[in-house]
Amino acid sequence: MKISPKITQAVAVTLLGAATLLTVAVLVFIIIFVLGKGLPWVDWEFLFSAPKEMGRAGGIFPTLVGTVLLPLMAIAIALPLGVGTAVYLTEYTRETRFTRILRFGTDCLAGIPSILFGLFGFIFFVITLKMGWCLLSGGLTLAIMVLPTIIRTSEEAIRSVPNSYREVSFSLGATRWETVLKVVLPNALPGIVTGVMLGIGRSIGETAAVIFTAGSALRMPMSAFDSVRTMSVHFYILAREGISNEKAYATAAVLVISVLLVNLAAYSMMHRFIARRSR
Amino acid sequence: MTTRKPIKISVRELRVFQGKEEGLRGVNLAIPANQILGIIGPAGAGKTTFLRALNRLNDLSPDTHVEGETLLDGQDIYHPSFDVVALRKRVGMLFALPVALPMSIFENVVYGPRLSGVRNRKRLDEIVERSLKAAFLWDEVKDRLPMSGLRLSGGQQQRLCLARVLAMEELEVILLDEPCSGLDPISTAKIEEALTILKAKYTIILVTNNTKQAARVADDTAFFLNGEMVEYGPTGKIFTVPDDKRTNDYVTGKFG
Repeated sequence: MKISPKITQAVAVTLLGAATLLTVAVLVFIIIFVLGKGLPWVDWEFLFSAPKEMGRAGGIFPTLVGTVLLPLMAIAIALPLGVGTAVYLTEYTRETRFTRILRFGTDCLAGIPSILFGLFGFIFFVITLKMGWCLLSGGLTLAIMVLPTIIRTSEEAIRSVPNSYREVSFSLGATRWETVLKVVLPNALPGIVTGVMLGIGRSIGETAAVIFTAGSALRMPMSAFDSVRTMSVHFYILAREGISNEKAYATAAVLVISVLLVNLAAYSMMHRFIARRSR
Repeated sequence: MTTRKPIKISVRELRVFQGKEEGLRGVNLAIPANQILGIIGPAGAGKTTFLRALNRLNDLSPDTHVEGETLLDGQDIYHPSFDVVALRKRVGMLFALPVALPMSIFENVVYGPRLSGVRNRKRLDEIVERSLKAAFLWDEVKDRLPMSGLRLSGGQQQRLCLARVLAMEELEVILLDEPCSGLDPISTAKIEEALTILKAKYTIILVTNNTKQAARVADDTAFFLNGEMVEYGPTGKIFTVPDDKRTNDYVTGKFG
Protein backbone atom coordinates (compact mmCIF):
# COMPACT_ATOMS: atom_id res chain seq x y z
CA MET A 1 0.00 0.00 0.00
CA LYS A 2 1.36 3.38 -0.90
CA ILE A 3 0.87 6.25 1.53
CA SER A 4 0.27 9.58 -0.10
CA PRO A 5 3.02 12.20 0.35
CA LYS A 6 0.47 14.47 1.98
CA ILE A 7 -0.14 11.99 4.78
CA THR A 8 3.59 11.26 5.36
CA GLN A 9 4.17 15.00 5.46
CA ALA A 10 1.39 15.46 8.03
CA VAL A 11 2.69 12.57 10.14
CA ALA A 12 6.25 13.93 10.02
CA VAL A 13 5.17 17.42 11.05
CA THR A 14 3.07 16.03 13.92
CA LEU A 15 5.82 13.72 15.23
CA LEU A 16 8.62 16.28 14.98
CA GLY A 17 6.38 18.93 16.50
CA ALA A 18 5.47 16.62 19.36
CA ALA A 19 9.14 15.84 20.05
CA THR A 20 9.96 19.55 20.17
CA LEU A 21 6.98 20.29 22.35
CA LEU A 22 7.86 17.50 24.79
CA THR A 23 11.45 18.76 25.12
CA VAL A 24 10.36 22.32 25.76
CA ALA A 25 7.59 21.19 28.10
CA VAL A 26 10.00 19.24 30.33
CA LEU A 27 12.33 22.22 30.48
CA VAL A 28 9.54 24.66 31.28
CA PHE A 29 8.14 22.29 33.89
CA ILE A 30 11.47 22.05 35.70
CA ILE A 31 11.96 25.82 35.68
CA ILE A 32 8.41 26.50 36.88
CA PHE A 33 8.72 23.80 39.55
CA VAL A 34 11.99 25.18 40.91
CA LEU A 35 10.91 28.81 40.71
CA GLY A 36 7.48 28.03 42.21
CA LYS A 37 9.00 26.23 45.18
CA GLY A 38 11.93 28.59 45.65
CA LEU A 39 10.97 32.12 44.64
CA PRO A 40 8.58 32.77 47.58
CA TRP A 41 11.58 32.52 49.94
CA VAL A 42 13.83 34.80 47.89
CA ASP A 43 14.16 38.45 48.92
CA TRP A 44 16.99 41.01 49.24
CA GLU A 45 17.64 39.82 52.75
CA PHE A 46 18.14 36.25 51.46
CA LEU A 47 20.43 37.35 48.61
CA PHE A 48 22.67 39.71 50.52
CA SER A 49 23.03 38.38 54.05
CA ALA A 50 25.27 35.70 55.50
CA PRO A 51 23.87 32.25 56.27
CA LYS A 52 23.19 31.28 59.89
CA GLU A 53 23.04 27.84 61.52
CA MET A 54 24.68 26.02 58.56
CA GLY A 55 22.23 27.63 56.18
CA ARG A 56 19.06 26.80 58.09
CA ALA A 57 18.46 30.52 58.45
CA GLY A 58 19.84 33.70 56.95
CA GLY A 59 20.90 34.22 53.35
CA ILE A 60 23.31 32.94 50.71
CA PHE A 61 25.56 35.90 49.98
CA PRO A 62 28.93 34.09 50.31
CA THR A 63 27.73 31.30 48.00
CA LEU A 64 26.53 33.90 45.49
CA VAL A 65 30.03 35.39 45.50
CA GLY A 66 31.53 31.91 45.21
CA THR A 67 29.29 31.10 42.25
CA VAL A 68 30.55 34.22 40.47
CA LEU A 69 34.24 33.84 41.36
CA LEU A 70 34.80 30.14 40.76
CA PRO A 71 33.53 29.91 37.14
CA LEU A 72 35.19 33.25 36.38
CA MET A 73 38.51 31.89 37.56
CA ALA A 74 37.99 28.65 35.62
CA ILE A 75 37.20 30.55 32.39
CA ALA A 76 40.05 33.02 32.92
CA ILE A 77 42.42 30.05 32.95
CA ALA A 78 40.72 27.87 30.33
CA LEU A 79 39.90 30.55 27.73
CA PRO A 80 43.44 31.57 26.71
CA LEU A 81 44.66 27.97 26.90
CA GLY A 82 41.69 26.59 24.98
CA VAL A 83 41.55 29.22 22.24
CA GLY A 84 45.34 29.09 21.95
CA THR A 85 45.22 25.33 21.46
CA ALA A 86 42.40 25.63 18.94
CA VAL A 87 44.29 28.28 16.95
CA TYR A 88 47.42 26.13 17.00
CA LEU A 89 45.55 23.03 15.84
CA THR A 90 43.72 24.80 13.03
CA GLU A 91 46.08 27.52 11.80
CA TYR A 92 49.59 26.48 12.66
CA THR A 93 49.75 22.74 12.04
CA ARG A 94 48.72 20.52 9.23
CA GLU A 95 46.44 17.58 9.86
CA THR A 96 48.80 14.83 11.03
CA ARG A 97 48.61 11.72 13.16
CA PHE A 98 49.68 13.88 16.10
CA THR A 99 46.82 16.39 15.74
CA ARG A 100 44.34 13.54 15.30
CA ILE A 101 45.57 11.88 18.51
CA LEU A 102 45.39 15.25 20.28
CA ARG A 103 41.82 15.77 19.09
CA PHE A 104 40.84 12.23 20.07
CA GLY A 105 42.32 12.82 23.52
CA THR A 106 40.39 16.07 23.85
CA ASP A 107 37.14 14.32 22.96
CA CYS A 108 37.84 11.59 25.52
CA LEU A 109 38.59 14.21 28.16
CA ALA A 110 35.22 15.84 27.47
CA GLY A 111 33.43 12.60 28.30
CA ILE A 112 35.13 11.90 31.64
CA PRO A 113 32.80 12.14 34.67
CA SER A 114 33.41 15.29 36.68
CA ILE A 115 34.07 13.34 39.88
CA LEU A 116 37.32 12.09 38.32
CA PHE A 117 38.42 15.67 37.68
CA GLY A 118 37.50 16.39 41.29
CA LEU A 119 39.58 13.47 42.51
CA PHE A 120 42.53 14.53 40.35
CA GLY A 121 42.24 18.13 41.56
CA PHE A 122 42.06 16.91 45.16
CA ILE A 123 45.13 14.70 44.86
CA PHE A 124 47.21 17.06 42.73
CA PHE A 125 46.31 20.64 43.71
CA VAL A 126 44.91 20.18 47.22
CA ILE A 127 47.29 17.50 48.56
CA THR A 128 50.44 17.32 46.42
CA LEU A 129 50.83 21.05 45.78
CA LYS A 130 49.55 21.71 49.33
CA MET A 131 47.16 24.38 48.09
CA GLY A 132 44.35 23.09 50.27
CA TRP A 133 40.65 23.47 49.55
CA CYS A 134 40.46 26.85 47.92
CA LEU A 135 39.18 29.01 45.09
CA LEU A 136 42.39 28.49 43.11
CA SER A 137 42.34 24.67 43.42
CA GLY A 138 38.70 24.65 42.36
CA GLY A 139 39.28 27.13 39.52
CA LEU A 140 42.20 25.10 38.14
CA THR A 141 40.23 21.86 38.35
CA LEU A 142 37.16 23.33 36.66
CA ALA A 143 39.43 24.89 34.03
CA ILE A 144 40.80 21.44 33.14
CA MET A 145 37.24 20.13 33.10
CA VAL A 146 35.87 22.73 30.66
CA LEU A 147 39.02 22.94 28.54
CA PRO A 148 37.98 20.20 26.07
CA THR A 149 34.64 21.90 25.44
CA ILE A 150 36.29 25.26 24.80
CA ILE A 151 38.95 23.73 22.54
CA ARG A 152 36.45 21.81 20.42
CA THR A 153 33.88 24.58 20.02
CA SER A 154 36.62 27.12 19.26
CA GLU A 155 38.16 24.75 16.75
CA GLU A 156 34.85 24.29 14.95
CA ALA A 157 34.26 28.05 15.00
CA ILE A 158 37.72 28.76 13.58
CA ARG A 159 37.26 26.13 10.88
CA SER A 160 33.98 27.71 9.82
CA VAL A 161 35.69 31.03 8.99
CA PRO A 162 35.80 31.07 5.16
CA ASN A 163 39.24 30.31 3.77
CA SER A 164 38.84 33.16 1.30
CA TYR A 165 39.14 35.62 4.24
CA ARG A 166 42.52 34.15 5.10
CA GLU A 167 43.68 34.28 1.47
CA VAL A 168 42.67 37.94 1.20
CA SER A 169 44.48 38.75 4.41
CA PHE A 170 47.66 36.95 3.33
CA SER A 171 47.50 38.51 -0.13
CA LEU A 172 47.46 41.95 1.51
CA GLY A 173 50.73 41.20 3.26
CA ALA A 174 49.49 39.96 6.62
CA THR A 175 51.48 37.42 8.58
CA ARG A 176 49.74 34.34 9.94
CA TRP A 177 49.49 35.90 13.39
CA GLU A 178 48.03 39.14 12.00
CA THR A 179 45.53 37.09 10.02
CA VAL A 180 44.52 35.18 13.15
CA LEU A 181 44.07 38.39 15.14
CA LYS A 182 42.34 40.54 12.52
CA VAL A 183 40.28 38.06 10.52
CA VAL A 184 40.07 34.58 12.06
CA LEU A 185 39.31 35.27 15.72
CA PRO A 186 36.77 38.10 15.21
CA ASN A 187 34.79 35.92 12.82
CA ALA A 188 35.05 32.86 15.07
CA LEU A 189 33.92 34.84 18.12
CA PRO A 190 30.26 33.72 18.17
CA GLY A 191 31.34 30.08 18.27
CA ILE A 192 33.98 30.75 20.90
CA VAL A 193 31.40 32.57 23.05
CA THR A 194 29.12 29.54 22.76
CA GLY A 195 31.94 27.33 24.05
CA VAL A 196 32.60 29.73 26.93
CA MET A 197 28.89 29.75 27.81
CA LEU A 198 28.84 25.97 27.89
CA GLY A 199 31.93 26.05 30.09
CA ILE A 200 30.43 28.60 32.48
CA GLY A 201 27.21 26.60 32.62
CA ARG A 202 29.10 23.43 33.46
CA SER A 203 31.18 25.20 36.13
CA ILE A 204 28.15 26.82 37.77
CA GLY A 205 26.28 23.54 37.89
CA GLU A 206 29.20 21.42 39.08
CA THR A 207 29.11 20.00 42.60
CA ALA A 208 31.28 16.88 42.89
CA ALA A 209 34.49 18.39 41.50
CA VAL A 210 33.94 21.59 43.49
CA ILE A 211 33.43 19.95 46.89
CA PHE A 212 36.66 17.98 46.41
CA THR A 213 38.78 20.98 45.44
CA ALA A 214 37.23 24.27 46.57
CA GLY A 215 35.70 22.80 49.70
CA SER A 216 32.41 24.00 51.11
CA ALA A 217 33.21 26.71 53.62
CA LEU A 218 30.35 29.10 54.29
CA ARG A 219 32.61 32.04 55.07
CA MET A 220 33.12 34.91 52.68
CA PRO A 221 36.24 34.16 50.54
CA MET A 222 38.87 36.87 51.02
CA SER A 223 41.58 35.53 48.69
CA ALA A 224 42.23 32.87 46.06
CA PHE A 225 43.47 30.62 48.86
CA ASP A 226 40.19 30.65 50.78
CA SER A 227 37.70 27.87 50.51
CA VAL A 228 34.41 28.77 48.82
CA ARG A 229 30.98 27.23 48.50
CA THR A 230 29.01 27.73 45.29
CA MET A 231 25.21 27.82 45.13
CA SER A 232 25.13 24.36 43.56
CA VAL A 233 27.15 22.92 46.44
CA HIS A 234 25.05 24.87 48.93
CA PHE A 235 21.88 23.46 47.41
CA TYR A 236 23.32 19.95 47.46
CA ILE A 237 24.34 20.19 51.12
CA LEU A 238 21.07 21.78 52.25
CA ALA A 239 19.02 19.11 50.50
CA ARG A 240 21.31 16.16 51.26
CA GLU A 241 21.70 16.87 54.95
CA GLY A 242 18.04 17.82 55.25
CA ILE A 243 18.97 21.20 56.69
CA SER A 244 16.24 23.25 55.06
CA ASN A 245 14.06 22.43 52.08
CA GLU A 246 12.86 26.02 51.70
CA LYS A 247 16.38 27.45 51.66
CA ALA A 248 17.46 24.70 49.23
CA TYR A 249 14.75 25.55 46.73
CA ALA A 250 15.30 29.28 47.18
CA THR A 251 18.99 28.73 46.36
CA ALA A 252 18.03 26.65 43.33
CA ALA A 253 15.72 29.42 42.11
CA VAL A 254 18.49 32.01 42.37
CA LEU A 255 20.82 29.60 40.56
CA VAL A 256 18.40 29.09 37.67
CA ILE A 257 17.83 32.82 37.31
CA SER A 258 21.55 33.64 37.37
CA VAL A 259 22.33 31.07 34.67
CA LEU A 260 19.54 32.58 32.58
CA LEU A 261 20.92 36.10 33.11
CA VAL A 262 24.49 35.08 32.23
CA ASN A 263 23.28 33.51 28.99
CA LEU A 264 21.14 36.50 28.05
CA ALA A 265 23.99 38.93 28.74
CA ALA A 266 26.48 36.90 26.70
CA TYR A 267 24.20 36.51 23.71
CA SER A 268 23.17 40.15 23.64
CA MET A 269 26.83 41.15 23.81
CA MET A 270 27.60 38.81 20.94
CA HIS A 271 24.74 40.08 18.80
CA ARG A 272 25.81 43.65 19.35
CA PHE A 273 29.31 42.68 18.23
CA ILE A 274 28.05 40.97 15.07
CA ALA A 275 25.67 43.80 14.26
CA ARG A 276 28.49 46.33 14.59
CA ARG A 277 30.53 44.43 12.01
CA SER A 278 27.81 44.06 9.40
CA ARG A 279 25.92 47.34 9.71
CA MET B 1 58.33 43.09 -30.29
CA THR B 2 60.00 46.45 -30.58
CA THR B 3 60.38 49.29 -28.05
CA ARG B 4 60.13 46.91 -25.12
CA LYS B 5 59.67 48.36 -21.67
CA PRO B 6 61.94 47.04 -18.90
CA ILE B 7 61.13 43.52 -17.72
CA LYS B 8 59.28 43.50 -14.37
CA ILE B 9 58.77 39.79 -13.86
CA SER B 10 60.78 37.06 -15.48
CA VAL B 11 59.83 33.41 -15.17
CA ARG B 12 62.07 30.56 -16.31
CA GLU B 13 61.06 26.89 -16.39
CA LEU B 14 58.43 27.48 -13.71
CA ARG B 15 56.91 24.21 -12.53
CA VAL B 16 54.26 23.92 -9.86
CA PHE B 17 53.36 20.54 -8.40
CA GLN B 18 50.11 20.08 -6.52
CA GLY B 19 50.44 16.69 -4.86
CA LYS B 20 51.23 14.35 -7.73
CA GLU B 21 49.70 16.63 -10.35
CA GLU B 22 51.90 18.97 -12.29
CA GLY B 23 49.87 22.19 -12.46
CA LEU B 24 52.48 24.10 -14.45
CA ARG B 25 54.93 22.28 -16.71
CA GLY B 26 57.80 24.64 -17.24
CA VAL B 27 56.57 28.10 -18.18
CA ASN B 28 58.92 30.73 -19.62
CA LEU B 29 57.71 34.30 -19.71
CA ALA B 30 59.18 37.81 -19.49
CA ILE B 31 56.58 40.35 -18.42
CA PRO B 32 57.33 44.01 -19.24
CA ALA B 33 56.53 46.74 -16.73
CA ASN B 34 53.62 49.18 -17.06
CA GLN B 35 51.40 47.24 -19.33
CA ILE B 36 48.59 44.74 -19.15
CA LEU B 37 49.35 41.11 -19.82
CA GLY B 38 46.23 39.08 -20.57
CA ILE B 39 46.34 35.35 -19.85
CA ILE B 40 43.71 33.28 -21.62
CA GLY B 41 43.05 29.57 -21.81
CA PRO B 42 40.43 26.98 -20.91
CA ALA B 43 39.66 25.92 -17.34
CA GLY B 44 42.44 23.81 -15.85
CA ALA B 45 45.12 25.36 -18.05
CA GLY B 46 47.14 26.56 -15.05
CA LYS B 47 46.32 30.27 -15.32
CA THR B 48 45.36 30.68 -11.66
CA THR B 49 48.24 28.46 -10.52
CA PHE B 50 50.59 30.74 -12.45
CA LEU B 51 49.19 33.88 -10.78
CA ARG B 52 49.36 32.34 -7.33
CA ALA B 53 53.01 31.43 -7.95
CA LEU B 54 53.83 35.11 -8.53
CA ASN B 55 52.80 36.25 -5.03
CA ARG B 56 53.59 32.88 -3.42
CA LEU B 57 49.99 32.30 -2.37
CA ASN B 58 50.62 28.70 -3.44
CA ASP B 59 52.73 28.44 -0.28
CA LEU B 60 49.49 28.25 1.71
CA SER B 61 48.25 25.08 0.06
CA PRO B 62 49.73 21.97 1.59
CA ASP B 63 51.74 19.66 -0.69
CA THR B 64 52.32 22.31 -3.31
CA HIS B 65 55.87 22.94 -4.39
CA VAL B 66 57.46 25.15 -6.96
CA GLU B 67 60.52 24.67 -9.16
CA GLY B 68 62.23 27.00 -11.58
CA GLU B 69 63.12 30.65 -11.34
CA THR B 70 60.77 33.56 -10.71
CA LEU B 71 62.41 36.97 -10.70
CA LEU B 72 60.79 40.22 -9.61
CA ASP B 73 63.04 43.11 -10.62
CA GLY B 74 65.81 40.55 -11.03
CA GLN B 75 65.41 39.08 -7.54
CA ASP B 76 64.39 35.46 -6.96
CA ILE B 77 61.16 35.58 -4.95
CA TYR B 78 61.57 31.93 -3.93
CA HIS B 79 65.00 32.52 -2.44
CA PRO B 80 64.93 31.59 1.29
CA SER B 81 66.01 35.10 2.27
CA PHE B 82 63.21 36.76 0.30
CA ASP B 83 60.53 38.24 2.59
CA VAL B 84 57.14 36.77 1.56
CA VAL B 85 55.15 39.37 3.49
CA ALA B 86 56.97 42.20 1.73
CA LEU B 87 56.48 40.40 -1.60
CA ARG B 88 52.69 40.28 -1.18
CA LYS B 89 52.61 44.00 -0.44
CA ARG B 90 54.40 44.64 -3.74
CA VAL B 91 52.41 42.07 -5.72
CA GLY B 92 48.71 42.51 -4.93
CA MET B 93 45.94 40.16 -5.98
CA LEU B 94 42.28 40.44 -6.90
CA PHE B 95 40.33 37.18 -6.66
CA ALA B 96 37.62 35.77 -8.90
CA LEU B 97 34.93 36.17 -6.26
CA PRO B 98 34.82 39.52 -4.51
CA VAL B 99 35.67 38.96 -0.85
CA ALA B 100 34.84 42.00 1.23
CA LEU B 101 36.01 41.30 4.76
CA PRO B 102 33.25 41.60 7.38
CA MET B 103 34.27 45.08 8.46
CA SER B 104 33.51 48.62 7.35
CA ILE B 105 34.31 49.91 3.85
CA PHE B 106 36.95 52.15 5.41
CA GLU B 107 38.59 49.31 7.34
CA ASN B 108 38.57 47.09 4.25
CA VAL B 109 40.54 49.67 2.30
CA VAL B 110 43.08 50.41 5.02
CA TYR B 111 43.68 46.73 5.86
CA GLY B 112 47.02 46.70 4.05
CA PRO B 113 48.27 50.15 5.15
CA ARG B 114 47.41 49.39 8.79
CA LEU B 115 49.52 46.21 8.55
CA SER B 116 52.35 48.35 7.23
CA GLY B 117 52.05 50.51 10.33
CA VAL B 118 50.17 53.57 9.05
CA ARG B 119 48.39 55.01 12.11
CA ASN B 120 47.86 58.66 11.24
CA ARG B 121 44.12 59.20 10.72
CA LYS B 122 44.56 61.95 8.13
CA ARG B 123 46.90 59.82 6.09
CA LEU B 124 44.48 56.86 6.26
CA ASP B 125 41.66 59.15 5.09
CA GLU B 126 43.80 60.23 2.13
CA ILE B 127 44.62 56.62 1.26
CA VAL B 128 40.94 55.66 1.34
CA GLU B 129 39.90 58.53 -0.91
CA ARG B 130 42.73 57.99 -3.39
CA SER B 131 42.17 54.22 -3.61
CA LEU B 132 38.40 54.35 -3.90
CA LYS B 133 38.67 57.03 -6.60
CA ALA B 134 41.16 54.94 -8.55
CA ALA B 135 38.77 51.98 -8.35
CA PHE B 136 35.82 54.11 -9.51
CA LEU B 137 33.90 53.50 -6.31
CA TRP B 138 34.39 56.75 -4.40
CA ASP B 139 31.25 58.52 -5.62
CA GLU B 140 29.05 55.58 -4.66
CA VAL B 141 30.35 55.08 -1.12
CA LYS B 142 31.92 58.35 0.04
CA ASP B 143 28.99 59.10 2.37
CA ARG B 144 28.86 55.66 3.96
CA LEU B 145 32.43 54.62 4.65
CA PRO B 146 31.57 53.25 8.13
CA MET B 147 29.03 50.87 6.57
CA SER B 148 29.94 47.18 6.35
CA GLY B 149 31.59 46.19 3.07
CA LEU B 150 29.33 43.15 2.98
CA ARG B 151 26.32 45.34 2.21
CA LEU B 152 27.67 46.47 -1.15
CA SER B 153 26.57 44.79 -4.37
CA GLY B 154 28.86 42.21 -6.00
CA GLY B 155 30.22 44.70 -8.53
CA GLN B 156 30.82 47.29 -5.84
CA GLN B 157 32.49 44.71 -3.61
CA GLN B 158 34.91 43.78 -6.40
CA ARG B 159 35.82 47.45 -6.85
CA LEU B 160 36.24 47.68 -3.07
CA CYS B 161 38.66 44.75 -3.31
CA LEU B 162 40.52 46.58 -6.09
CA ALA B 163 40.70 49.70 -3.91
CA ARG B 164 41.99 47.54 -1.05
CA VAL B 165 44.83 46.32 -3.27
CA LEU B 166 45.57 49.83 -4.56
CA ALA B 167 45.72 51.15 -0.99
CA MET B 168 49.00 49.33 -0.43
CA GLU B 169 51.69 51.94 -0.85
CA GLU B 170 54.35 49.36 -1.70
CA LEU B 171 52.25 48.03 -4.62
CA GLU B 172 54.02 47.47 -7.96
CA VAL B 173 52.23 44.55 -9.62
CA ILE B 174 48.50 43.74 -9.70
CA LEU B 175 47.41 40.16 -10.33
CA LEU B 176 43.77 39.71 -11.34
CA ASP B 177 42.21 36.26 -11.36
CA GLU B 178 39.10 36.44 -13.56
CA PRO B 179 38.02 39.57 -11.67
CA CYS B 180 34.85 40.09 -13.70
CA SER B 181 33.53 36.55 -13.94
CA GLY B 182 30.58 37.27 -11.67
CA LEU B 183 29.99 40.90 -12.54
CA ASP B 184 27.45 42.79 -14.62
CA PRO B 185 28.61 44.58 -17.81
CA ILE B 186 28.66 48.04 -16.20
CA SER B 187 30.83 46.96 -13.27
CA THR B 188 33.04 45.07 -15.72
CA ALA B 189 33.47 48.20 -17.84
CA LYS B 190 34.42 50.22 -14.75
CA ILE B 191 37.06 47.70 -13.72
CA GLU B 192 38.47 47.58 -17.26
CA GLU B 193 38.60 51.37 -17.45
CA ALA B 194 40.38 51.50 -14.10
CA LEU B 195 42.94 48.96 -15.33
CA THR B 196 43.82 50.89 -18.49
CA ILE B 197 44.52 53.96 -16.34
CA LEU B 198 46.38 52.03 -13.64
CA LYS B 199 48.89 50.48 -16.03
CA ALA B 200 50.72 53.81 -16.15
CA LYS B 201 51.74 53.14 -12.57
CA TYR B 202 51.62 49.37 -12.16
CA THR B 203 52.36 46.16 -14.01
CA ILE B 204 49.11 44.28 -14.50
CA ILE B 205 48.52 40.59 -15.16
CA LEU B 206 44.93 39.75 -16.00
CA VAL B 207 43.74 36.15 -16.11
CA THR B 208 40.43 35.94 -17.88
CA ASN B 209 37.99 33.37 -19.17
CA ASN B 210 36.56 36.00 -21.42
CA THR B 211 38.76 36.25 -24.52
CA LYS B 212 36.96 39.44 -25.57
CA GLN B 213 38.09 41.07 -22.34
CA ALA B 214 41.71 40.22 -23.11
CA ALA B 215 41.25 41.58 -26.62
CA ARG B 216 39.82 44.83 -25.20
CA VAL B 217 42.36 45.68 -22.51
CA ALA B 218 45.52 43.59 -22.79
CA ASP B 219 48.67 44.91 -24.49
CA ASP B 220 50.18 41.43 -24.69
CA THR B 221 48.38 38.13 -24.41
CA ALA B 222 49.59 34.68 -23.40
CA PHE B 223 47.66 31.50 -24.18
CA PHE B 224 47.88 28.69 -21.62
CA LEU B 225 46.84 25.09 -22.22
CA ASN B 226 47.30 22.02 -19.98
CA GLY B 227 49.87 23.67 -17.74
CA GLU B 228 51.96 25.01 -20.59
CA MET B 229 52.25 28.38 -22.19
CA VAL B 230 51.49 27.79 -25.84
CA GLU B 231 51.98 31.24 -27.25
CA TYR B 232 52.78 34.76 -26.14
CA GLY B 233 52.74 37.96 -28.15
CA PRO B 234 51.06 41.31 -28.78
CA THR B 235 47.31 40.98 -28.30
CA GLY B 236 46.53 42.02 -31.87
CA LYS B 237 48.67 39.23 -33.26
CA ILE B 238 47.38 36.53 -30.90
CA PHE B 239 43.80 37.27 -31.89
CA THR B 240 44.34 37.62 -35.64
CA VAL B 241 47.40 35.69 -36.85
CA PRO B 242 48.63 33.42 -34.05
CA ASP B 243 51.55 31.13 -34.83
CA ASP B 244 50.12 28.07 -33.12
CA LYS B 245 47.07 26.24 -34.43
CA ARG B 246 45.80 25.55 -30.89
CA THR B 247 45.82 29.29 -30.12
CA ASN B 248 43.90 29.93 -33.30
CA ASP B 249 41.34 27.25 -32.44
CA TYR B 250 40.86 28.70 -28.97
CA VAL B 251 40.50 32.39 -29.89
CA THR B 252 38.13 31.55 -32.74
CA GLY B 253 36.01 29.50 -30.34
CA LYS B 254 36.61 26.01 -31.75
CA PHE B 255 37.14 24.74 -28.16
CA GLY B 256 37.17 26.34 -24.76
